[in-house]
Amino acid sequence: MSGKAWKYGDNVDTDLLAPGAYMKGPVEELAKHCLEAIDLEFAPNVQPGDVIVAGRNFGIGSSREQAAEVLVLLGVKAVIAKSFGGIFYRNAFNLGLLALVADAEADIEAGHELDLDPASGTITNTTTGARIAAEPVPEHLRRIVAAGGLVPYLEQKLEKHS
Amino acid sequence: MSMTLAEKIIAQAAGQGSVRAGEIVTCAVDLAMIHDSGGPRRVKPVLERLGVKVWDAKKVVVISDHYVPAVDQQSAAILKLTRDWVKDQEIEGFYDQQGICHVVLPERGHLKPGMFVVGGDSHSPTGGAFGCYMFGVGATDMAGVLVTGETWIRVPETIRIDWSGTLPHGSSAKDMMLKLCATLGMDGGDYQAVEYTGSTIAGLSMTERMTMSNMAAELGAQAGLIAADGTTADYIRAAGADPDEGTAFAGDEDAAYRVVHKFDATALGPQVAAPDSPANSGPVEDADDTPVDQCYIGACTGAKLEDLHMAAEVLGGRKVASGTRLLLAPASTRVTAAAAADGTLAKLTEAGAILMPSGCGACAGYGAGVLAEGETCMASTARNFKGRMGARSSKVYLGSPYTVAATAVRGRVADPRPFLAENRP
Repeated sequence: MSGKAWKYGDNVDTDLLAPGAYMKGPVEELAKHCLEAIDLEFAPNVQPGDVIVAGRNFGIGSSREQAAEVLVLLGVKAVIAKSFGGIFYRNAFNLGLLALVADAEADIEAGHELDLDPASGTITNTTTGARIAAEPVPEHLRRIVAAGGLVPYLEQKLEKHS
Repeated sequence: MSMTLAEKIIAQAAGQGSVRAGEIVTCAVDLAMIHDSGGPRRVKPVLERLGVKVWDAKKVVVISDHYVPAVDQQSAAILKLTRDWVKDQEIEGFYDQQGICHVVLPERGHLKPGMFVVGGDSHSPTGGAFGCYMFGVGATDMAGVLVTGETWIRVPETIRIDWSGTLPHGSSAKDMMLKLCATLGMDGGDYQAVEYTGSTIAGLSMTERMTMSNMAAELGAQAGLIAADGTTADYIRAAGADPDEGTAFAGDEDAAYRVVHKFDATALGPQVAAPDSPANSGPVEDADDTPVDQCYIGACTGAKLEDLHMAAEVLGGRKVASGTRLLLAPASTRVTAAAAADGTLAKLTEAGAILMPSGCGACAGYGAGVLAEGETCMASTARNFKGRMGARSSKVYLGSPYTVAATAVRGRVADPRPFLAENRP
């Protein structure tokens, strides 16, 4: 899978991803305000397949899983970060968003094209040719992402057994 | 085999004699708590898709606290959906607009030492103050709990934080936590368990201990534990429950801790977090004199009865500065009633505090009291992320109820200690 990089720093919190003022409305509306407090260009311009590259502690704060869901709705395929907030990390896979742990900030600039291989944990910057090692994602988590999240994954499994 | 407090509770929930940090185990959940925002509106569709009801209605508590009271059709619909779902699922533990979940849950006697509790909110570590292993999850994980009564967990390592000495007058648990956020950072907890120990913790009331455990979330920890003692048992009895039904574990002295941090409370002065992170904290002097438009005493972290007592100690006989507004949202209806009965509420409202409903409200930008572009607020809440309390250019400073009250009187960020010294005859 490949996509264009959007780059943010450390401590991107859940209030930035899913602003409280829009939490009571439809999640499609909430998605339009994703990251607007730090980047007004992101939500209107992000393209299906794009990737977020960030520093430490991505997704800290609230347990609201809309923080991951809005990224999925906007077409974001993966978040690459040095580390993740613990609750967000579980929410991401549960909602079908790939979360890759990698120290990638130095090797990727905004707009670079990235190719991801979560099984081996390899990020290839196809713009520069650089290869960056990420923690490999175990097979059962890749299956959940491929199904579109934990609930559709469980549904598929239940259907197979019935 | 020696174990930490976290390992002992998790071993019990996993039905094993022992567990070790790093191992992944499946635990039986003693209690699941959800609220109106991340609860029924998110889990109902999942349960319907799977065609099941909650595994045990007696082990589920639902608390409407985020969109209360309804201000428009969207919030009214969310609250109605919550009420209807609770009835449909035959859940008796339902508190509709009675206060913030993390405060209402122990206040109504639902927490006992040794329980393994999952909450649908990131400040769920608050329950750790009662010797429970309580942590927050998102709605899909919660749906899994509600269907199966179980969840998986990687047994955490324990980061022990030892506080010794007595806090000076004018300092509180909030100042201790802001100091920890500044020192250890918002990922210092590394999604492991924090356990608070030492003479300072032993001397703290339950409500102050709740502030410590609550803000373990701001350290990035999964849980913030305090071993149960006589103070815990007294609180639980006063809440109408039997503490002896729980298991008051304590960590073994020779258990394997990842690290033991030591802090001295005796010289800790008031701390203030500048925008936009609790880790951006320092002594109140560093932020002194910053003008503020709004002060807010509210949230699970900073509006319990004792928090209101602290604020009243500063505000009693004084007035909120002109040009500044002080919003007061007690953490629960019981806190409001107790503060009315003991005269605290009168001291605060006579000083000019504007009394608001109990709920998450302005803290997370959900309810009444949000900030306009360019406005600044000093709040007793736990988080001051960019734009959290309103407009994207608004700014939030965090401090103890003493410091918020002193700031309200001056209209600028202020050290509460001179006011407290003035009070002495």
